[in-house]
Amino acid sequence: MSSAIPQPHTLPSAAHHDYAGSKIAMWLFLFSEICLFGGLFLLYSAYRAKYPHEFHDAGNELNFVIGVINTLVLLTSSLSMAASITALQKGSRRLAMLLVGVTVVLGAVFLVNKYFEWMAKFHHGLYPNGPELLKRPPGEILFFGLYFTMTGLHGLHVIAGMVVLSFMLALMARNRIRQDDYGKLENAGLYWHLVDVIWIFLLNLFYLAA
Amino acid sequence: MTQLAIEEEHGHIVPYPTLIKVWATLAVLTFILTFISKVFHELLAVWAMLFITPLKACLVFYFFMHLKFEGPLLKTMVFVALSTLVIFIGMLFFDVSFR
Repeated sequence: MSSAIPQPHTLPSAAHHDYAGSKIAMWLFLFSEICLFGGLFLLYSAYRAKYPHEFHDAGNELNFVIGVINTLVLLTSSLSMAASITALQKGSRRLAMLLVGVTVVLGAVFLVNKYFEWMAKFHHGLYPNGPELLKRPPGEILFFGLYFTMTGLHGLHVIAGMVVLSFMLALMARNRIRQDDYGKLENAGLYWHLVDVIWIFLLNLFYLAA
Repeated sequence: MTQLAIEEEHGHIVPYPTLIKVWATLAVLTFILTFISKVFHELLAVWAMLFITPLKACLVFYFFMHLKFEGPLLKTMVFVALSTLVIFIGMLFFDVSFR
C-alpha cells in the first residue's frame, strides 16, 4: 500500500510551478518597494518646495558627471540582465550565466563609483552631523540628509540585488535554473530593473534638478 | 522544450536587437536630459524631466521587465499602483502650493 504513494525524491523533476502566481507576488513586493521610495520622493518634494534655493545650491555641489556615468552603468546592467533571460529562453545557458555575471560586476562598478563620491563628500566634512554640514543653512542640511539616506538606501538595494543574482548564478551552475524553468531568474531580474528605475529618478532629484 | 512551448508558459521572448535598441534609446534620453538641465532655462529643464524621466521608466517597465507582453491583470495592477503614487505626489504639491 505504502509503495503506491510517491515519495518526494521519486517525484519527477518537472514539478508544478505557478509562474503567473510567483510573478504577481514579485510585482506586489516591487509595489512595496515603490511605496518605500515613493514616500522618500514625497519628503524630498515637500522640502524642496520649502527650501528651493538651498536645494539648488547644495545640488550644484554634486558631480553630475559621476551621476550620469552611474546611470549608464545601471542601464547597461539592465540590458545584460534582460539579455540573460533571452539567452536562457533560447537555450544558451553559458551565455545567460555570463550575462548575469556581467550584471553583478556592473552593480559592483556602480557601488565603487558611489564609494568614491561619498568619500569625497566625507573628506569635505559633508556627512550627517558632520562639522562642515552643520554650519550650512537648514535647507542644505536637509538636502544632504536626503541625499545620503536615499542614495544609501538605493545602494543597499544594489547590494541585495547582487547577492540575489549571485545566488541565481549558483542555481544556474547546478542546472536548477534552465531553459524550461527560469521563473526565479525572471523575478530576480524584475527586482534588478526596479533598482535601475529608482536610480533613473534619483539622478534627476539630486544631480540634474540643481 | 520548444520555443513555442516556452513562450506559452512564460511569455514572449524579447529579441536581442530590441533590447539593444531600448538600451540605446535610454542612453540617448539620459544625455538629452542632462544637456537640457545643464544648458537651458530651469523651466524647460523641469518640463524635460517631467516628460523624459517617466518615458525612460516606461521603457524599462515595458521591455526590460516584459510588461508589454503581460496580460491585462498585471498591467492594471502596475497602472493602479503607479497612478496612486502620482496622485499622492500631485496632492502634496496642491497642499504645498496653498500653505
